[in-house]
Amino acid sequence: MGKSGVTLLASSEAEVHEGQPFLLRLYIAGQTPRSVSAFTNLKRICDEHLQGRYQLEIIDLMQNPALARGDQILAVPTLVRRLPEPIKKIIGDLSNLERVLVGLDLRPR
Amino acid sequence: MTELPYPFHRGELAKALPGELAKSLTGIRGLDEVTRGGLPRGRATLVCGGPGSGKTLLALTFLVNGAVKFDEPGVLLTFEENADEMASDVASLGFDLPGLVEARKLAVDYIRVERSEIEETGEYDLEGLFVRLDYAIQSVGAKRVVLDTIESLFAGLSNEAILRAELRRLFRWLKDRGMTTVITGERGDGLLTRQGLEEYVSDAVILLDHRVHDQTSTRRLRVVKYRGSHHGTNEYPFLIGADGISVLPVSSLALEHDAPLERVSSGVSELDQMLSGKGYYRGSTILVSGPAGTGKTSLAAHFIDAACRRGERCLWFLFEESPQQLLRNMLSIGVDLAPWVKAGLLEFHADRPSRYGLETHLVTMHQVVANFRPAVTVIDPVTNLMTVGTFADVQAMLTRLIDHLKTENITAMLTSLTPGTTDTDSTISSLMDTWILLANNSVRGVYRRGLGVRKSRGMAHSNEIREFELTDHGLTVLDAASRRRTAAQLVDVRGEERGHLAGVV
Repeated sequence: MGKSGVTLLASSEAEVHEGQPFLLRLYIAGQTPRSVSAFTNLKRICDEHLQGRYQLEIIDLMQNPALARGDQILAVPTLVRRLPEPIKKIIGDLSNLERVLVGLDLRPR
Repeated sequence: MTELPYPFHRGELAKALPGELAKSLTGIRGLDEVTRGGLPRGRATLVCGGPGSGKTLLALTFLVNGAVKFDEPGVLLTFEENADEMASDVASLGFDLPGLVEARKLAVDYIRVERSEIEETGEYDLEGLFVRLDYAIQSVGAKRVVLDTIESLFAGLSNEAILRAELRRLFRWLKDRGMTTVITGERGDGLLTRQGLEEYVSDAVILLDHRVHDQTSTRRLRVVKYRGSHHGTNEYPFLIGADGISVLPVSSLALEHDAPLERVSSGVSELDQMLSGKGYYRGSTILVSGPAGTGKTSLAAHFIDAACRRGERCLWFLFEESPQQLLRNMLSIGVDLAPWVKAGLLEFHADRPSRYGLETHLVTMHQVVANFRPAVTVIDPVTNLMTVGTFADVQAMLTRLIDHLKTENITAMLTSLTPGTTDTDSTISSLMDTWILLANNSVRGVYRRGLGVRKSRGMAHSNEIREFELTDHGLTVLDAASRRRTAAQLVDVRGEERGHLAGVV
C-alpha cells in the first residue's frame, strides 16, 4: 500500500474481458484483521468474476481521513461500486460471497 | 419567603456550586441560569423533543455561541438536513455558518445514509464515522460537538446490535476527548427518544416541548436530568425569536430584590405630594387603574416625561395604540414625548396582544427589556394581555415579569382598564407596590376626574381623592379649594353612575 493510503489494483490490460468495466473502491481503517479479510475476499471475487474488467482502489481512512466524506463512508470496511452506475455500497468484511455478488449486480437477487 | 435549595439570584445564577461539575456556557439566555452555568463540560447532553420543538436550533446555538463567544470551536455532524439548507435556515438568526467554517471555528459534516444503496455482509464497525468526526474535530481544534440527529443511523443501517455497540463506543470516545457534546433525539412513545438514546447519555437530558393550547402555541423546556449538578426542575417557557432561543427562568422566586430608598417623581407634583412628598420608590411597581378615559395613559406619559428629563431610558409597551397615535394624543395635553424618542431615551414597543401567546409576550418583553436596559418601563394597558390567557396563566406571567423588572431595579408602571373594581385589579394589585386609582364620574352633567392613592407600600401616602383635569398643559390636579367640594361631589353620584372611585371613598 502506498504512502498516500490509496492503492490501485487492476487486472492487466492484456486480459480485457467482455462486459462493463467495474470501478471499485474499498475503504478500510488501518490494517485490521477485518480489513485484511475484506480485501482478501474482494480480491478473490474480482479475480473470479471480474477478470480483466475491474479497477480497485483501496483507501485507508487512517491515512486519508478527508476521503471518507466524498463517498459518505460511515461503516468500515465499505466497498463502493463507482462504476457501473448506480453507485452501490457493500459494508462489512465481504465474507458472504453470495451477498457481495448480489450487491455488485453480478448475480440476480 | 419562598426558599429554594440554592441561591437562585442574579449574580449567582450562572455560577456552579463548589464541588459541581465543570460546565460550558450555552450563551442561551435563561438556559445557563436554569442549568446553573451551562451544560456539563466534556460530557454529553441529550436534547430531545418532538418535530419542530427546537432541538436543532438549541444545539446549533450552543455550537455557534461556543465558537463566537467562548472561543470554543465546534463540530456539527448532521444527519438530517442538507448542510446548505441548514445554513440558510439559521442565517435568519444571525448565525453565519459558512463564515464560521471559513474562519475555521466550525466544521460541518453532512452525513447521509441511504439504505437502498447499501448491502450489508459480514462484520463491520462505524470507524468511518469516527474518522470523519476526528478529522473534523482536529481541523478546527473543536471543544464542542453536536450530533443532529444520530438516530437517523437506525434508519440507514439494519444491524442494530452493531449500531448500539458503536453508539456506546462513540459517546465514550467523545468523553475521552473531553468534547462537550449535544446529541439531539426525536421524542418517542413512552421514551424520551425513539431509539432510547437516553440509555447512552447519562449526564444531562433536556426535554423540549411544543404544545398548542387555545390556538396559542407555547414552547417549554425542562431539564429532566443533570447528573452531579443542581438545576431548575420546572418547565420553563422558551421562545424562538429573531435573535435565537431564550428560556425564561423564574429569576427571583426567592424574593431577594433590593429595596432602594431612592424616590422618583411621578411627573405630577401634586401626586408626588400625595406620595409622602417624594413620588414613587425606584424599582417599585405601580398600578394605575381606572375606567376608559380617566387619564391612565396621560399619567404614564407624565411619568415617562419626568424620567426622560432626568436622562433615564424608558421603554413603553403599547397594547392598544400605535406609538404615533400616542405621541399625538399626549402632545394634545402638552406632553411632547417626540424629542425623547429622537434622543433615543424613549422607545416604544407596540404589539397586538392577540398576536402571540402569553409566554411569547413575556419572553419578548424580557428580550426587549434586556436589549434596551430601561430605568423605567410602562405596560399600557396590562389588561389587554389578560385576553390572551387563562387567569392563572396571566397572574403567573405577571409575577414573572414584575419579578424580573424588580430584580433589574426597573421602575414599572402598569395601566389597567377597569369598568369597576374588578377581580383582575385586586389580584394583580397584590403584586404592586403602589396603586393609583383614577375615576371619571358625571357630577351634575359634567364629567369630573378624580385621582387617589389606594395603596403605596413603605410610605405615608395621602388618603385624599383629588380632582384633576386634562388640560393642554398636562394633567393638572386642582387646588385645595376645589378639593373638599370634589370629594363631596364625587361621592354624591346617582346610583347608576356610581364609578369605582365612589367605592374607594
